[in-house]
Amino acid sequence: MTAKTPTVSRRRALIGAAGLAVLGAPAIARAQATAGRLVIVGGGFAGATAARASRERFPNVAVTLIEPESSFVTCPYGNLVLAGRDADLSRVTHRYDKLLARGVTKISQNAASIDPVAKTVRTAGGQTVPYDKLIVAPGIDIKWNAIKGYDEAASRVMPHAWKPSLQPVTALSERLKAMPDGGVFILSAPANPFRCPPGPYERASMVAEYLKANKPRSKVLILDAKDGFSKQPLFLAAWKQLYGDMVEWVGSDKEGRVVAVDPAAMTVETEFGKKHKGDVINIVPPQQAARIARESGLTGTGDWAAIDTRTFESKAVRDVFVIGDANAAPPMPKSGFVANSTAIRAATVAGAQMTGAAIPKAIYFNTCYSHVGKDYGISVAGVYRPNEDGSKIDEAPNSGGISAREATPDIRAGEATYADGWYQSITNYMFG
Amino acid sequence: MRIRTVALLAGLAVAAAASPATAQVPPVAANGCLMCHGVQGQGANGIPAIMRVQSRAEFTTTMKLFAENKKPGTIMGRIARGYTDEDLAELAAWFGKP
Repeated sequence: MTAKTPTVSRRRALIGAAGLAVLGAPAIARAQATAGRLVIVGGGFAGATAARASRERFPNVAVTLIEPESSFVTCPYGNLVLAGRDADLSRVTHRYDKLLARGVTKISQNAASIDPVAKTVRTAGGQTVPYDKLIVAPGIDIKWNAIKGYDEAASRVMPHAWKPSLQPVTALSERLKAMPDGGVFILSAPANPFRCPPGPYERASMVAEYLKANKPRSKVLILDAKDGFSKQPLFLAAWKQLYGDMVEWVGSDKEGRVVAVDPAAMTVETEFGKKHKGDVINIVPPQQAARIARESGLTGTGDWAAIDTRTFESKAVRDVFVIGDANAAPPMPKSGFVANSTAIRAATVAGAQMTGAAIPKAIYFNTCYSHVGKDYGISVAGVYRPNEDGSKIDEAPNSGGISAREATPDIRAGEATYADGWYQSITNYMFG
Repeated sequence: MRIRTVALLAGLAVAAAASPATAQVPPVAANGCLMCHGVQGQGANGIPAIMRVQSRAEFTTTMKLFAENKKPGTIMGRIARGYTDEDLAELAAWFGKP
């Protein structure tokens, strides 16, 4: 890199110009996009963040986003529809227009395959898209039949509502509204790892909020493939306080793991043959990296893509980064915040490799809020760094963790308010 | 640390020379801040504004008090304990009043 280091006064001058960049970006971007071609597959938390981060950092890198949908529906905040707090999906639906106005070219098709030798992506419509660096951010696919009988047809009777582009949360809220008072809502939660570890338990909370107000004789039964879960002590205490005995959690050590479903009988079967009948059944199924990641050799023989924790480059395929829920990056959760944080990293490294810029140090963040009831929010946070050789990720000592177990109503109400602020800020970064 | 921050931006200098319309990029440690406190650190729905609200020294002190559980809060103690002194210096340079 031959650039001279800007002076401090120059830096201040550039801050003044920053506002202009938003308006002026598209035309300038296309004219200057000569340093390389970044192609991004998938426009969720990871992909949309990577697109913006690249445009901000590397105006002379051309960014192409391959994403079939014209808008993105977030998983976070979808559960509020179940509580009846939101009437529809409008809060969680975000158009790509403003991201595209930053100088991102969008190809509105599915990515069909990746040719890592020719360095091209083939779209479902037959277009060949060349890349210098490729960011794969396709999210998850459901592992159909991992629970016996749980296939796509079964999911129309027992919704998963865990992948909005496939089945939005409204598929579940319609059934909840039709459920009689005194009915049983069963939620089957998967083993780790899966998308949004606290998500099933926030969902159970929002269902309980609705039932308490509308059908108070009903019950929420969580059947779990794990013997513990995210923010567990906080959820358990809050359920007791807010909903009494309405919410029951059964862990895997108490035969909670669902192994089979019978949509016709509306029953689920747990490990040792016990059958539970539900009026509404929500299966949060086992998951894997989405098809394009699996079929491109990024996941090897496993379910998730292996990455170098320093850069989020694939360990299997050169010049390819895998971010978001499709990778394996423990102990970080598969969350929107981690997708965002690691997407900025991948875009920064990819851009630096193409332009010769210096690569800064790496630090990753997670913050996940859950709504448990009205004016009652809880959170988990984490600060992470990769180790020296990129083989693992370490949580910063003494940092992170869940909200205080003993807290005043003000604190819980504060976290519920801050949750809304987080949602506004992160979606504004991606789509605003 | 000012120099460090500037060094992170050096990659932009080529583009900056060609065009004045180049956005500034916060230090990497700030990415954890912005996704709650707002893209410009302007605050959001009760989450306080942090951009140019305190001097650099005050900003650093605030973060250290959070880290030591000497300042009441919800999530900030858990996050503040994850930063190194170097991170905090970069954050103070970015968010603090000049």
